[in-house]
Order: sequence, then C-alpha cells, then structure tokens
Amino acid sequence: MFAYIVRRVLATIPVMAFVALFVFSLLYVAPGDPAAVIAGDQATPEDVERIRASLGLDRPFLIRFGEWVWRILQGDLGLSIFTNLPVSTMIQQRIEPTLSLMILTLILAVSVAIPMGVVAAWKQGTAIDRTVMGFAVLGFSVPVFVVGYVLAYIFALELDWVPVQGYTPIKQGFWPWFQNLILPAIALGTVYIALIARITRATMLEVLQQDYIRTARAKGAGQRNILFLHALKNAAVPIVTVIGIGIALLIGGAVVTESVFAIPGLGRLTVDAILRRDYPVIQGVVLLFSFVYVLVNLVIDLLYTILDPRIRY
Amino acid sequence: MDRRDFLKASAGIATLAGTGGLAAPALAQGAAARTLRFVPQANLANFDPIWGTQYVVRNASVLVWDTLYGLDAQLQPKRQMVESEEVSADGKTWTFKLREGLMWHDGTPVRAADCVASLTRWMVRDGMGQMLRAIQDELAAVDDRTFRWRLKSPYPKMLIALGKTNTPMAFMMPERLAKTDPFEQIKEYVGSGPMRFARNEWVPGAKSVFTKFEQYRGRSEAPSWLSGNKTVNFDRIEWIIMPDPATASAALQNGEIDWWETPLTDLVPSLRRNRNIKVDIADPLGNIGSFRFNHLHAPFNDVRARRAVAMALSQEDYMRSVVGDDRSLWQAAASFFTHGTPLFSEAGGEILKGPRNIEGAKALLREAGYNGQPITVLVAQDQAPLKAMGEVTNALLRSIGMNVDFVATDWGTVGQRRASKSPPGQGGWHIFHTWHAGADCTNPATQIQIRTNGDGAWFGWPKDGAVEAARDKWFVAPDIAAEKAAVAEMNRELWRHVTYIPNGFYKTYQAWRSNVSGVIGAPIPFFWGVSKS
Repeated sequence: MFAYIVRRVLATIPVMAFVALFVFSLLYVAPGDPAAVIAGDQATPEDVERIRASLGLDRPFLIRFGEWVWRILQGDLGLSIFTNLPVSTMIQQRIEPTLSLMILTLILAVSVAIPMGVVAAWKQGTAIDRTVMGFAVLGFSVPVFVVGYVLAYIFALELDWVPVQGYTPIKQGFWPWFQNLILPAIALGTVYIALIARITRATMLEVLQQDYIRTARAKGAGQRNILFLHALKNAAVPIVTVIGIGIALLIGGAVVTESVFAIPGLGRLTVDAILRRDYPVIQGVVLLFSFVYVLVNLVIDLLYTILDPRIRY
Repeated sequence: MDRRDFLKASAGIATLAGTGGLAAPALAQGAAARTLRFVPQANLANFDPIWGTQYVVRNASVLVWDTLYGLDAQLQPKRQMVESEEVSADGKTWTFKLREGLMWHDGTPVRAADCVASLTRWMVRDGMGQMLRAIQDELAAVDDRTFRWRLKSPYPKMLIALGKTNTPMAFMMPERLAKTDPFEQIKEYVGSGPMRFARNEWVPGAKSVFTKFEQYRGRSEAPSWLSGNKTVNFDRIEWIIMPDPATASAALQNGEIDWWETPLTDLVPSLRRNRNIKVDIADPLGNIGSFRFNHLHAPFNDVRARRAVAMALSQEDYMRSVVGDDRSLWQAAASFFTHGTPLFSEAGGEILKGPRNIEGAKALLREAGYNGQPITVLVAQDQAPLKAMGEVTNALLRSIGMNVDFVATDWGTVGQRRASKSPPGQGGWHIFHTWHAGADCTNPATQIQIRTNGDGAWFGWPKDGAVEAARDKWFVAPDIAAEKAAVAEMNRELWRHVTYIPNGFYKTYQAWRSNVSGVIGAPIPFFWGVSKS
C-alpha cells in the first residue's frame, strides 16, 4: 500500500507538469490583454505597449514559461499583475471561504443524499421513491443561482434568519460562520444531493437483488441492518466514486455560488482573474485546483481498499 | 401570534443572540454609525491612480490622496492643497505655495519636492499633463512649501489640468512613491487625504478598508465635490465588492450595506418600494455612449459610410436598450460634450435629428462603394451597457444592408483587439462601443476620444485638421464666450467628419439606506459630508 501511495504521489508530478504547460500555453494563445485592461479606456496604444513591456508580456513564450516554471519550483507563484500582491497571498486570503463552503456542502449533501437514496431504493415504486426521484430531477434542472436567489429571498430577506451575503471566518465564531454559509451550502448542495441520491438508489437497487441480501433476510436480519450494513456497504464503491467526481462539480458551482452570496472565495478570484487576464493568478489557481483533483482521486482510490477488501493495489 | 411570526421572532432572537446584538452597548451602536459600508461600481483590483486609470481606482484614491486643486460642483477648479498661486505677466511661469501643516499619513510633512515628483510622474500618463510636459522648461521646488513651473508658452488651462476629475488625476504622493516609474505600480499607499488605506485588510475582489486620518487638515470652505473641507465623518469606510446586483440589492434592503453606487436600473423599482432606502441619480453629468469607427479600413475610411450610419442611427434605440424606459435617465443629444454643462453644443448635429433615413443611408453606402463585405463589430458581453449597444448596432447595420460579423467577446479581448490596426478580417475591427463619463466630456481638454491626429489619436485613428484646429482654439480661448464658440465649432467639425457617434446621454442611479445622509449626485462618490445615524 505504501509503495502504491508513493507511486501515485510521484505520478502527480508529470500530471501537474502537463497541466502547467497546458494552462500556460492556453493563456498565451488566448485573446485579451491585461495591459489594455490596466491602461483603461483613455489610454493610447503607446501607453498600452509600455505597460505590456513593463509587465514582461512582450517577451517570447519560452522565456516567460521557463521563468514561471523556475519560480514554481522554488515555491513562488509570482505576483498578480493587477494587485501586485503575491499570488500565494491572494490564494491564502481566499482559500478558507471556499474550503468552508465545500466542506459544509459535502457534509450536508452526503448526510441528506445517502439516506434519501437508500430509502428510495427500499421503497421502490412508492410515492416516497417518486418524491425522491422528483427532487433529484428538480435538483439537476434548477441552476444554482436560482436556488440561491430563492433561498436568500425567503430566509434572509423575508424571514431575516441569516445574512444575505458575505463570509465570517470560523475563528470569529461557529455560529456567524454557519449563518453565512448555510444558504450557499444548500444552494450548491442541491445538485450534488440529487446526483448522490440517484446513484445511491440505483446501486442499492442492484445490491438488494443479490443472493447475500436474500440470505440475510432468510437469517432474520432486520431491515435497517440489511439496508445499512449489508447493502449500503457493498454499494459504497460507486457512491464514493461519484462523491469524488462531484468535487469537480462543487468547484465549478462554487464560482456561481460565491458570486450570488458575495463570498470572497477562490471561485470569484478565478473569474475576476480570467476577466482581467491576470495570468499569474489564473495559473496559480488552476494549478491548485489540479492538485486538489489529483489528491481527491488518490484518496478515493485508497478508500476503495477500505470499503472493499477484495481491491488490492 | 401565528406559526410564521413565532418562527420569525425565534430566529430573530437567535440571530441577535448569536451575533451579540442583544447585548450591544451604546458604544457599539455608535461604532456602527461610524462605519460606512459601501458597494462600489467595480472591484478595486489595484491601487495606484497613475498606473491604473480605472474610475474605481480614482474613486478610492480621492479618499487617500489629495490634489493641488479640486473641481467644485460648478466645474470650477478651486485651491485644495495650494494656499496661493502666482502667474507671471507672460503666462509662462506659475508659482504655487502649499498650505501650512499638510501631513502625509506616515507623519512626515508634505513638501514642495513631493509635489514636483508627483506632477512629473502624472505628466507622463495624462493627456493634459503630456501637453504641459511638451512645453515645460523647468519644474522645481523653491523651498519646502513653494514650487515653480516654467513653461515655454502659456497654458491657460493649468488649474483645470491640476484639478480635473478625469483619470489620471494629479494626485500628490510622497517623493519616494512618486519617483516610481509611471508604468509600474507604487508599493506603498501613503497620501495626505482624509482617509488611510488599510492595506492589511485589503482583499482584492472582496473588500477594501479606509480608516480615518486624524491629522488631516481640511480647508475652511464647505465641501463641494473635490474642493473645500474633505473631512470624513466616519472612522472606517468599508468597500464591499458585490459582483451580483441582485445580491447587492438584497443586502441593501436587509441593512447589510449602507450605500450602493450603481444599482441596476431593473432593480430600482423594488428598491423604491422599500421605505428604508433612498434612490437618486448618481451623477448629474452622466455618461455618453460611444459608437466608434475604425477610420483605417473600408468602408469607414470613407466619410460617406460613416455618415450613412449616422443618418440611420436612433439614439433613442440605444438609450432604451441601455437604461430602459425610465425617461428621466436619458437624453438624445447630438453632442460630443456633456448635456447640461456650460460648453454643451449640438452645432452640426442635424444628422442625428428627425426621422431616420434608412433608404438614404443605403444609397450613401452604395455611393461609398460598400460591396457587402463583413463589418466586424466587437461587442463586450460582460459589460451590460456595451452588450446592449452591440445588439442595437447589429440591428442598425443590418437594416441598412450591411453584412455584420458580430464578435461576441469580453471587455478584456475588446481592449486588446481595438488596438490592432490590422484589417478587420485579420484580427482588426470596424466598430466597437464604449462610454465616456460626462464629467470627462465637459471640455475638449479631457477627451482623448475627440482627437483627430491620426496615429496619435485614440483607437480608430481618425485624422482631420479642422477638428484639431478647433480644439486648439479652445485652449487659448480668453473667456467663456470664446470657449463656447470654439466648442461649437469643434462639435460641428466632429459631425462633418463623423469622427465617432455619441449614441446618447444617460444617467444611472445610486441607492442608500435612509439613515445615511449627505449623499450627493456627483461623478465620484464623495464621502465627505456623508453621515449615518
């Protein structure tokens, strides 16, 4: 196992190198010019050129890429073209809200979706099943921002239970932190709940047809034991896979959710950086996200061995 | 009490208890009144008003950096950091004396040498500054409070240059900051304005904080725009960035913010229904929409093609698409200058008046040799007014028989591509849209977009000697009557040449909580004079 983990961690290096090259190349060929954005509407073409030169954007691709890689190897993500702040500082400023939102969403989604899927499978064909599946279809169909606006209108504006927007760091208290995040987590989690609930139901239906479930029933095992000990454990591998894949959905959805609820997270940082062509920030954030994906995949692969002892690496 | 009221009350109590609201002592409530939470028009992504010339940077900068002169509400430059000025009989030598006791935020005194360095940096980036630089003989400090500017020829608009609102404004910085290359960012944010910039609390894209500078020495005169006493009544001003207008609207209604600079017109009716919110025009000088041609390539290198578009263009179509049906927000005006200001003129603008002449435009296009080639229109989809203008232009050009290549992109790409002189089919362009703040269009000096000096002109590179000659007349005009005559001539020449097409004058709203007072309509959100109960 240890050798496998080491192999997987080493395998991330070429993956990250490829991502770095790909992102850098993509930004190089993409239209748009940060110098033009900085210079403003009143600038002359000469002003724009001088700014471009001062930012080093007029140098050849290979030189820029080489310098960037050299800095990355030294742990330096560079300076933002616009704010002049280190990219690592900007990421540090933004990582807590995004991480908080993702963790809360994940907890909420898993704790709601798995029981929903299990119950829907157990009560297959009944009104409960149809309700759960109806919710799943709705969850997939309604965009995050619509859910967000509706929740904000009801719970913030009408009921005044929670703030409309913003983020309070957890060090200032759990309750304010939770108040700021609960609506965004529900909004972001809706599609995730729908996805996990559907997969859980489908996998459970398959498992519930297996011989060992019939045997468990014949032995006189209780319904709860059958569902959660015998069936769910054997259905866990595809569910965990979907949860892992869903983290990609969360990162994408966080961009919209953070905008709707004015949460100063990495999603908004990414969008702002893309719109302004703040290359060092885009590159830094994409590298970070890529690393998170690789890490999540590794964790999921390792979880397989715990959930299904037949799996060996 | 029904179930709903019970739930609301319980949640309210829980919320109050959770946030410590129930126990808030009088002191804490006073502290809340000394903090203003403001949602600006855009993200404060950088903070150097000479390097970055976006309006949002300027608006934040007026809190931190002061100017030698400041425009008042009558558009007149008034002394600000300056105590007195003296101009020689030949108009070539200006001597400025600073007010006594001015301090930088780091506790050091403001010196004439700081102002010399600041002006030197500013001149490189500003249009009027560049004119001054071209005729400068010497700019030097005489003593700690006095500096002298010797010119090769008179520059009657000196005080306007030093006090104008358009970017980059002539902000004064300590010499060590002002010596930074004007094309590189400063690394400290030290000014002598009424507020300090709290760099450690700055989260670009999310929040910027300004704290009161207790040693600020305001003038004795009442504040009027950028002039007079600019002492701020708040200990702390928080700029909270909200990219989503619906969220900002909800936050204002919920009392989570105090003042929103640019509410979406569509959301204004719901804000008006809330008795805790006040809504009014943000800036009486508004904005002028702009339809910009590329003069280098056919068909718009022929004035007849540009004129054909003007014959068919309806400002009303543009304005309704940009600000909606609220008639108080827009004005059709055949002028390159701001509606309602002293120099406003519609001379020569008859082409935009009366019924639109679609058939005449088609005939003129044929005469200009237009043969159906694609017309590349750059449309920034991430800027609501520009997206709306682009859609109207698409319909307009098609209505006169033009073949439109509608390039839907973002502002960053438009910003790059508009600088290209290549043929439109090879990465260049024919038309793009923008808007100009009305405050920047009150006179010819502050408008780069009306220059027609070819390669030196703004994007589109128009070339016309008569427009430039009329502009020169304004610079040497001895009085307001002569200035008006020069501007009328310039407006006429601009229409004859159809340098570009102003597609309407429009205003926007601002909204604030009713416990905030002193908010005024101006080109910049001015925080002095504002208070909160």
